Amino acid sequence: MPDTPHLPAVFTNWFESRNWAPRAHQLELFANVRAGNSALLIAPTGGGKTLAGFLPSLVDLHQRSAADKRKAGAAVSSGSSGLHTLYMSPLKALATDIHRNLEVPIEEMGLSIKLETRSGDTPSHKKQRQKRLPPDILLTTPEQISLLLSDKNAARLFADLQFVILDELHELVTSKRGDLLALALTRLRKLAPNLRCIGLSATIAHPDDLRAYLVEQPLSQQVNLAEIVQAKGGAKPHISILETKERLPWSGHSCIYALPEIYEEIKAHTTTLVFVNTRSQAERLFQELWRINEETLPIALHHGSLDVGQRRKVEAHMAAGQLKAVVCTSSLDLGIDWGDIDLVINVGAPKGASRLAQRIGRANHRMNEASKAILVPSNRFEVLECQAALEASEAGVQDTPPLRQGGLDVLAQHIMCVACAAPFEPEKLYEEVISSQSYRHLEYDLFVKAVEFVATGGYALKAYDRYAKLRPTKEGLYRVSHPQFAQQYRLNSGTILDAATLKVRQVKPRGPNSKRPLGFGGKMLGEIEEWFIEQLAVGDTFVFAGQVLKFEGLKESEAYVSRSASQDPKIPSYQGGKFPLSTYLAEGVRSFASDPHSWSSLPGQVREWLELQKEKSQLPEYERLLVETFPRNDKHYLVCYPFEGRLAHQTLGMLLTRRLERAGLHPLGFVATEYSLALWGLRDLGLAITSGRLRLDELFEEDMLGDDLEAWLSESSLMKRTFRNCAMISGLVERRHPGKEKTGRQITINTDLIYNVLHEHEPDHLLLQATWTDAATGLLDISRLGHFLSRIDKRITHSALSRVSPLAVPVLLEIGKEPIFGSATEELLADAADDLLLEAQL
Amino acid sequence: MSVNRQLQPRVEPSYRQPVPVCHDLSLGQELVGLHDSGGLWWPEEQTLVVSDLHLEKAASIAKTKGVMLPPYDTAATLEKLAALIDLFSPRRVICLGDSFHDSESSARMPAAYRAMLATMQLGREWIWITGNHDPEIAPSVCGERFEELSISSLCFRHEPNEDADCGEICGHLHPAAKVRRMGRTVRRACFATNGNRLMLPAFGALTGGLNVMDNAFSKVFAERRFSVFMLGNGRLFPFTASKLISD
Repeated sequence: MPDTPHLPAVFTNWFESRNWAPRAHQLELFANVRAGNSALLIAPTGGGKTLAGFLPSLVDLHQRSAADKRKAGAAVSSGSSGLHTLYMSPLKALATDIHRNLEVPIEEMGLSIKLETRSGDTPSHKKQRQKRLPPDILLTTPEQISLLLSDKNAARLFADLQFVILDELHELVTSKRGDLLALALTRLRKLAPNLRCIGLSATIAHPDDLRAYLVEQPLSQQVNLAEIVQAKGGAKPHISILETKERLPWSGHSCIYALPEIYEEIKAHTTTLVFVNTRSQAERLFQELWRINEETLPIALHHGSLDVGQRRKVEAHMAAGQLKAVVCTSSLDLGIDWGDIDLVINVGAPKGASRLAQRIGRANHRMNEASKAILVPSNRFEVLECQAALEASEAGVQDTPPLRQGGLDVLAQHIMCVACAAPFEPEKLYEEVISSQSYRHLEYDLFVKAVEFVATGGYALKAYDRYAKLRPTKEGLYRVSHPQFAQQYRLNSGTILDAATLKVRQVKPRGPNSKRPLGFGGKMLGEIEEWFIEQLAVGDTFVFAGQVLKFEGLKESEAYVSRSASQDPKIPSYQGGKFPLSTYLAEGVRSFASDPHSWSSLPGQVREWLELQKEKSQLPEYERLLVETFPRNDKHYLVCYPFEGRLAHQTLGMLLTRRLERAGLHPLGFVATEYSLALWGLRDLGLAITSGRLRLDELFEEDMLGDDLEAWLSESSLMKRTFRNCAMISGLVERRHPGKEKTGRQITINTDLIYNVLHEHEPDHLLLQATWTDAATGLLDISRLGHFLSRIDKRITHSALSRVSPLAVPVLLEIGKEPIFGSATEELLADAADDLLLEAQL
Repeated sequence: MSVNRQLQPRVEPSYRQPVPVCHDLSLGQELVGLHDSGGLWWPEEQTLVVSDLHLEKAASIAKTKGVMLPPYDTAATLEKLAALIDLFSPRRVICLGDSFHDSESSARMPAAYRAMLATMQLGREWIWITGNHDPEIAPSVCGERFEELSISSLCFRHEPNEDADCGEICGHLHPAAKVRRMGRTVRRACFATNGNRLMLPAFGALTGGLNVMDNAFSKVFAERRFSVFMLGNGRLFPFTASKLISD
């Protein structure tokens, strides 16, 4: 570590005035950055992380302005020519936090620093002014940086850039926004030779990934790493699993059984954060808590789909200490300092050890006090998961995923961005792109294909050369062929969106036969995923924003709803924000389930359940796959226990269904949970296995990821949805035409057709490659399924039973609650059409 | 051994198998067959009808908007049409308008596609009904042009005519229908008819569909009295309008 330079007096005085002393990690980071290095700070929330990140920038700005004052004779101040510091964060609740961490210190120290924000919502006149007269510090998003980089004056704007501060970097790098940011950083390093990157992160499994992300990588194999500063960890948290007197449910995710106990805990603490995994769980739990809230404790709701205004209100009340509890999803996961939270309750499965650690970090921000957390499993399998998470936390294990490989669709967007600013030389741009850790392994051929994709669509059939958007000049530089294309890019970029969403607006209810048009101008309640609304018919009721709502209809990109008198929503859930169980915790669950010696720490009910399983069937062994078959109600079931998360299980279910179909066993459907998968049909599956007609080793053979997967994917709606996303990000289809907004709905039709044509005629096209990569890790979780299949290859145990086993009960109870897959669309249609024929004959 | 040639059954060449399956529908005074490809077969006149091919759509959009959609739509559409012609061996083919995505498309179409089209046209009558996208078709493209055409009791035009008396066959709106079953929805291109008028789905590979519950259809089929036949794989799925949902 370099020698610690002293903070200017203004700063030390300010710390003293607050009775604070700068923390060791704050000074260490400051020293590293002053020495000209980029650095990564790893610290728990509440460690003054954001201030630590800003300290080098504030001191530098202060000293610049002091120097300016000294040579007061000079007319112009030097610091105002361009941007000095960029700050980026994935946080939605950024405004509140920045105020506390930045505006207050600046004001109290009397620093003359201009601070501004810029996002998609910033009015265009302000955006224009920011380009002309940039502030010292700009708080913004990766998309906005890309847009600024596409400006013709980008070189001037960023020439004097000193610092880029990336808050919650561990979260930023997990998505395509992280890819976009990685590419933007390569550009910024070229434009601003003095640039230093400061990454702020929670504790993660692979800190070197982030260290490499922050700095330029050489063309050789060697890896450059940013300096690392690690804050001393605070006291170990007190985590416990709720000891319930109630009966633990077999299945489900509602935790209603524990409601009174959760309520008692809320009463006994000052402020409690109640974390749940999905928005529907948040809605449900919030309603149920209020149903028993006899003392009308101030309990609020916070999730990412709610209207911004409503969220801000909750955050403000929270900061003012007026709330007793907030029921929230990951929208509150990230590093907001809320002060007086003394308890975190995690309802449902923790899903990942690091995720849990970050949630628990919300409680008690005085670093040396222990946070207190209670885990509430919502069913018996989740008890195992909670126990695994608890042990991981005690051992300090992290299970964040490794750094993702940069997406090709994002690369295409970046190429257009660079071209809009100035003509570029492909070889030089390639070297620039692979200087980022995310795109290090990109082959030159693939890069060239991406350039061709931007220019002409990159099709093997060179049909569009005469319409090319990028054309080589005599000097071999690529330039945008018409200003219209640059304008198109600016309107369409910045669309790293996960799912098309619709705004939810509350209107007055309409009678069933009313011809009156839907009223508009009602209150905005938030946003909801398009696919959920697509499943609704007018008149259906569902829970959203803490109330039961009736769907009234759809107009452009808004869903109209009215308040419903009904207590029981007809459409039970919508699963916003589901993420699969981490591989690490999955292993923990597998090991618990297989090893009776480890059961002493489990609650009695769960122990008995597992004992019973051992007696009636057998325990799933750690390195093997257990497959059970049994008849029930005229149907024959096959249940297996891969413990690989719902997404991988769904994909597995689709593929097994196809194989069983081919074997002539006519499966009827399947349902998947986080831990197991159940398939059923009218034929005796157990008999087929014992008689040797169906071989399990063959059924679960890894080659299902070849042709079967290919055949299924060509018609999978998940694949088409993934493709749509890639098509939009890469700029193939427009999100907006100048002057007219295209809604997500219209795009659906078009991209599905494009997908069909492309899949048939050029299956190895760049965009399909990008789609495939996304699907492998995203909605289909193919990579995880692949690991699983090779792990259990020839290691399958069959247990033929005469009735349902204890371990199979949870997944069978999910039938009817979870969507059932397996019956093809054609059969659905035939079924519906046959109904009609029957009716006609009556 | 003498063979009475007239009584000998005609041997179908094997590539003609399987025999085309159509859903019979009586329209005006004629019996027509709806095929799951979206084409219409009129056995009496040995006539095949398709609508809204939108040939060269991707190229047209690439040229005018710089959006580079896959340039395979024309080939895909022509291949599908060729297969259909192979299946029915029609004496006459009627394209119900919007056959080309814009007025220059017919002239701009690459030689390979022109050859494909010319091959299909050999030995049969070919009729282009003009549509709003292709009021002009380049003279180099063979086939007769009509704004509308009556044969027997049927009338063929691109856009539905509000006061057509009966037996109208049209396209233009790209009908598609959506049904819900067991919590899932299915949306497909479809034929739409009220017994007097039949609207064909768009045949082109890159042509989207408009939901028949959309207001644009209220003038075509008054008071939602119509049925649809959704395109399936090897069959059609009939529904009355009351069973359909909007987008």
